[in-house]
Amino acid sequence: MIAELGHYALMLAFGLALIQGIMPVVGTRSGDAVLISMAAPVALAQFAFVAMAFLALAFCYVTSDFSVLNVYENSNSQMPFIYRLTSIWGNHEGSMMLWVSILTFFGALVAVFGTNLPAVLKANALAVQAWIAAAFHLFILITSNPFVRIPEAPFEGRDLNPILQDPGLAFHPPMLYLGYVGFSIAFSFAIAALLEGRIDAAWARWVRPWVLGAWMCLTLGIAGGSYWAYYELGWGGFWFWDPVENASLMPWLAGTALLHSAVVMEKRGALKVWTILLAILTFSLSLIGTFLVRSGVLTSVHAFATDPARGIFILGILVVFIGGALTLYAWRAPLLKQGGLFAPISREGALVFNNLFLTTACATVFVGTLYPLALEALTGDKISVGPPFFDLTFGPLFIPLMVAMPFGPMLGWKRGDLLGAAQRLLAAAVLAALAIAGAFALEQGGPVLAPFGIGIGVFVMAGAVVDIVERTMILRLALPVALHRAVGLPRSAWGTALAHFGIGVTMIGIVGVTAWGSERIAEIKPGDSLEIARYRVTLDGVFDRDGPNYQDTVGRFTVHRANGELVGNMEPTRRAFPDRNTSVTEAALMTRGVSQLYVSIGDPNRDGSLPVRLYFKPEVLMIWLGAGFMFAGGALSLSDRRLRVGAPRPARAKAMPQPAE
Amino acid sequence: MTRKQRRLVLIGGGLAVLAVAVALMLNAFRDSIVFFNSPSDVVERNIGPGTRIRLGGMVKDVSVALGDNLSVRFEITDGKTEVPVIYRGVLPDLFREGQGVVAEGALDRAGLFNADTILAKHDETYMPKEVADALKKSGHWQDDYAQRAAMPVGGGAR
Repeated sequence: MIAELGHYALMLAFGLALIQGIMPVVGTRSGDAVLISMAAPVALAQFAFVAMAFLALAFCYVTSDFSVLNVYENSNSQMPFIYRLTSIWGNHEGSMMLWVSILTFFGALVAVFGTNLPAVLKANALAVQAWIAAAFHLFILITSNPFVRIPEAPFEGRDLNPILQDPGLAFHPPMLYLGYVGFSIAFSFAIAALLEGRIDAAWARWVRPWVLGAWMCLTLGIAGGSYWAYYELGWGGFWFWDPVENASLMPWLAGTALLHSAVVMEKRGALKVWTILLAILTFSLSLIGTFLVRSGVLTSVHAFATDPARGIFILGILVVFIGGALTLYAWRAPLLKQGGLFAPISREGALVFNNLFLTTACATVFVGTLYPLALEALTGDKISVGPPFFDLTFGPLFIPLMVAMPFGPMLGWKRGDLLGAAQRLLAAAVLAALAIAGAFALEQGGPVLAPFGIGIGVFVMAGAVVDIVERTMILRLALPVALHRAVGLPRSAWGTALAHFGIGVTMIGIVGVTAWGSERIAEIKPGDSLEIARYRVTLDGVFDRDGPNYQDTVGRFTVHRANGELVGNMEPTRRAFPDRNTSVTEAALMTRGVSQLYVSIGDPNRDGSLPVRLYFKPEVLMIWLGAGFMFAGGALSLSDRRLRVGAPRPARAKAMPQPAE
Repeated sequence: MTRKQRRLVLIGGGLAVLAVAVALMLNAFRDSIVFFNSPSDVVERNIGPGTRIRLGGMVKDVSVALGDNLSVRFEITDGKTEVPVIYRGVLPDLFREGQGVVAEGALDRAGLFNADTILAKHDETYMPKEVADALKKSGHWQDDYAQRAAMPVGGGAR
């Protein structure tokens, strides 16, 4: 009953999406105010019905209704409550439900909070949002219906894929989707602006908070996925350049570029045409990501099912939306008016530099990810493009960006003083040089370039600090005055500094763990120990333990320092799931500062020995800590009054943006 | 500078970065592409020792032999040809006889495939797409490979 209700609600939502997609556009063409004002309430209703469908599916999962095929295939009544809930999106159908739920949720947010938007822009944007929603509703209803019943309900479900039975599943997909789908708002506004044929700086002011919010969620989603893979897959890699990961990195890179170009557009009215293109590209990359992950052209933990009909359907959505958007862009973009002038050395110039390198880096990831697919389609040759490709292309493009990053915020608008900025960054450069020397002195081995990587990371971090020091003049003014200035600084300035600081932190983590991480692989018996990086790790014994829907084989280890001091215990586990006839490795982690010890084990051998993989991961936590800083920086900027309160005023002042020529 | 000159600077800079990126990519493509081969391909294409490839097929039944020091030997088959493989390390959770596997590494002079990476992951119903295609090509594909474990217990679904 509940499942049928959900199915019906989803069909109604599809109908509402069609109305929301057509009526407001007709209204803006004919000037019918009633049709224009329909967009917002229909968007709310559409969200209500999608939410109802999602809750119906959630109800089936929580109550373990195995007469629903999707629940039967992906759940089990013995699973803890949290996994019964998260397994909703631990499969193809359910994750698509999450996708449309978030999409319509954003539509509803625009409807509610977009009260200060010009009516026509809002109506058109909501209509575009509804086109996307309609396409995905139809996709779910035709190819991926989660509400299908089994005639004879089985007694017990087939359980969730063991790798997904982890708290990471509660966090990673929703955050990632909030990011992916959040960019749809920028896309819809871009298309709406093109439909209308005019755009002004206020457009950037409306769109920027959405882009920022989506970017923050995507940042956390990627970082969360990376940490999950790190501890779950049992060998401690944090990034694999797997196509599925690249699918999330590409929108992030394009979104980061969009975030920065929108600043130029808002403050200086320049780069309008480029910003619109970036908004289209960013969401297009999100769609391509969805296609890569969901169509089955790639096999990975994320490709839950491979059904050619689905792949072709998503490809169709992709072609229509990306092709349509780019066609519209080519047709209408020349109508948009060019903005302000600026010298190459200026804040605008720095942001253009940022955009140039980010989009080029994004393009190399794009080529590396899609080249194997294209080659296979054309010649039938199957190749894989591995990490070396990305190290050799993405790396060299990202380094100039990092070096230039501290300069950007120090340059003035229109015309900047590069020499002055360099003088102010001298302290940061000195610190970076000290860090390079220190890294050479302290660490033996590792690549020669690694200390320079640390140096760049330190330069970026110190540059962010210098930025704040300069703005508050804390070294030149009396402390109370400087503090007053610090409080008075716009929060977006703090946010920028914090996010840039985070990039430096992440860089140091990546360089540290890649260059100086160490590993031991051995088969050891109880009583044996392994030495790694100042620690001695001893296997005390192996024992069994029962869980709700699994059995554990636990290896108990004791960790000592080289000088004999006891540090603690670690218990890596082999977890066997009888319903799925599989077992997974649950690695044990021990945090030492920002570094970690990492132990994972295999199945015990008959002679009682245990295969052990032991890693020392120096500075590894800084990778995700940096992402936390980026998120916090984004949140600070988002809370800036200028983005919230200030937005409507210039909009009303300029109620009639100058028409396109 | 005039508007035109500034635009030229921008476009020139953009093209320069793009050119560097293309050069980097071409260079990287030369060194870091690995071709996928089935055991039959290895024989037919005469792949020489030292060439890095991905080798995919089924782990042949009763071919897995554990050696000292975490080394393991097994054979990868596509039903027509077998290639012996040696790997040192802990095998992935889902490595099993009779299941699909992809190994990355190179052949040595004796025709033994030295794998440094074994991919057999994610799911008990997982079948690497390349392996499935290779098996279909050699005529040893069985339709139930993919859904052998996916069938419901209580009879037909839908």
